Amino acid sequence: MELNILTLCYLIASVTFILGLKMLSNPATARKGNLVAAAGMTIAILGTIFLYRDQEGNKLHNYIWIFGGILIGAVVGTLAAKKVKMTAMPEMVSLFNGMGGACAALISAAEFYHIYKAHEGAGTTPFSDLVPVGYYITIVAGAIIGTISYTGSIIAWGKLNGRVKDFSFRGQHIVNMIVLALVIVFSVVAYQSSIGSIFIPFMLIGLFAFVYGILFVMPIGGADMPVVISLLNSFTGVAAACGGFLYDNKAMLTGGILVGAAGTLLTILMCKAMNRSLANVLIGSFGSNAKTGTGAARQQGAYKEISLSDTAVVMSYAHKVFIVPGYGLAVAQAQHACHELEKILESKGVEVKYAIHPVAGRMPGHMNVLLAEADVPYEKLLEMEQANEEFPTTDVVLILGANDVVNPAAKNDPSSPIFGMPILDVELAKNVIVNKRSMKPGYAGIENDLFFQPKTSMLFGDAKKVLQDLIGEIKNL
Amino acid sequence: MESVLNWITINQQIIYIVILMVFVGIEVIGRVPSVLHTPLMSGANAIHGVVIIGAIIVMGKAESDNYFALVLGFLAVILGTLNVVGGFVVTDRMLEMFKKKKK
Repeated sequence: MELNILTLCYLIASVTFILGLKMLSNPATARKGNLVAAAGMTIAILGTIFLYRDQEGNKLHNYIWIFGGILIGAVVGTLAAKKVKMTAMPEMVSLFNGMGGACAALISAAEFYHIYKAHEGAGTTPFSDLVPVGYYITIVAGAIIGTISYTGSIIAWGKLNGRVKDFSFRGQHIVNMIVLALVIVFSVVAYQSSIGSIFIPFMLIGLFAFVYGILFVMPIGGADMPVVISLLNSFTGVAAACGGFLYDNKAMLTGGILVGAAGTLLTILMCKAMNRSLANVLIGSFGSNAKTGTGAARQQGAYKEISLSDTAVVMSYAHKVFIVPGYGLAVAQAQHACHELEKILESKGVEVKYAIHPVAGRMPGHMNVLLAEADVPYEKLLEMEQANEEFPTTDVVLILGANDVVNPAAKNDPSSPIFGMPILDVELAKNVIVNKRSMKPGYAGIENDLFFQPKTSMLFGDAKKVLQDLIGEIKNL
Repeated sequence: MESVLNWITINQQIIYIVILMVFVGIEVIGRVPSVLHTPLMSGANAIHGVVIIGAIIVMGKAESDNYFALVLGFLAVILGTLNVVGGFVVTDRMLEMFKKKKK
């Protein structure tokens, strides 16, 4: 009876995962979808704790350890997720993803240890005689994929918050291939080893997978981290599915494979939004090798600065103003000031809209979330195609901490690493005012010709402070 | 060869699930607008936290004197919970902001 209820729990969980994902991909139902999946997860977890029986019909024990672990994880997880700033959410997702990967790897390690313990006395019997090959592959795959996902996510996390710098060396792809090959070689070696001597090859599998995760993410530019995180996310899904296979657990299996498949598709969709292929992101070493190729070599032209009061005048007497938000806005937490500027300009009869590039900020949708936080009405956020149609009739474009998404090199410089990415054609507008903290290049590490064009003026400073001062100036007009 | 075929026969149910789920996963998010890419990724991230079930089983099966297995399981439970709870809470926080503007 109890086992039947557990089966039902897992069935419900699997359905909620599918429904949840489905609802998450629609703006109107997204939040509910997240809650649906969370409810299903709770049912599956509680069911497992109280109803699970192993093959011999024994219930689980060590309840104190289980609840202790869950309590610690839940408290830390909730606090971390609640406290994290909007700008740091992508990093947080990466970190949580790494935790999941590590969890999957630990499960494989524990299962391996369990087998080892059970056959400890068998001495020189090869491991392959004790464990069927399919089962072995699942354990090892869970360990390898989980470990790669763990170290990769940690590096991605470090890159997003600036603690880890891009790093690549000549022939790195070959080294990566060799490390990956070693992982596979030792997986085969471990399977052939006798039970007495299997520990070392098994450790080496883990070690090389650990190193591979680091090497895999290291050369990829910070701007591409969302894509990498999404990819690692689907890796963890597959690792979780391996666990589901080990325990013949359908909830883990469906949840894991579902995320593995959806995550892979999502990764490809993200690449498409940037008009690049996945291979290009992973192998291209965006922003590290390319930097020496173009940007740095080109000499900087002259740029023109504009004062706050001039900006205030230009903007208040415009008919139509477009605001292009970017990462700088997120860093400065200037979304509220931005909304205020919009309101004060509207009160002066200026039409204000926002042009949202799909990959502005550190993650797709970053800007929408940020501006929504400041209660900017939904209708004011225009997507790239619509905005590009309206730029020719726009008087002033105010760029707040965006760079690569307005870089004309994406259109006219085939040697640029971002060539081919669709951009916001802000140069079609009459005036362009760029707010940046300095002339430093953006995340892709390339110069932006837009800043040196005659219709562009630079307004240096922290986005929040500049906006507040600008609002003050406009009020005084 | 024989053993591989045997393995497929024994596990055919699971193999069916895997294949079907791959298609469901792709189908279900096929038309997501780019605005939702990040929350969707975050939500999917929370869902693969289902790996916690495995961690609970490992933990609950470990003999009380087997400290290595206990520690391994305990760590796995903490990490898995972090993934699940943190994942859902972060996703909810992201989407909370989407909901406001719908009104």
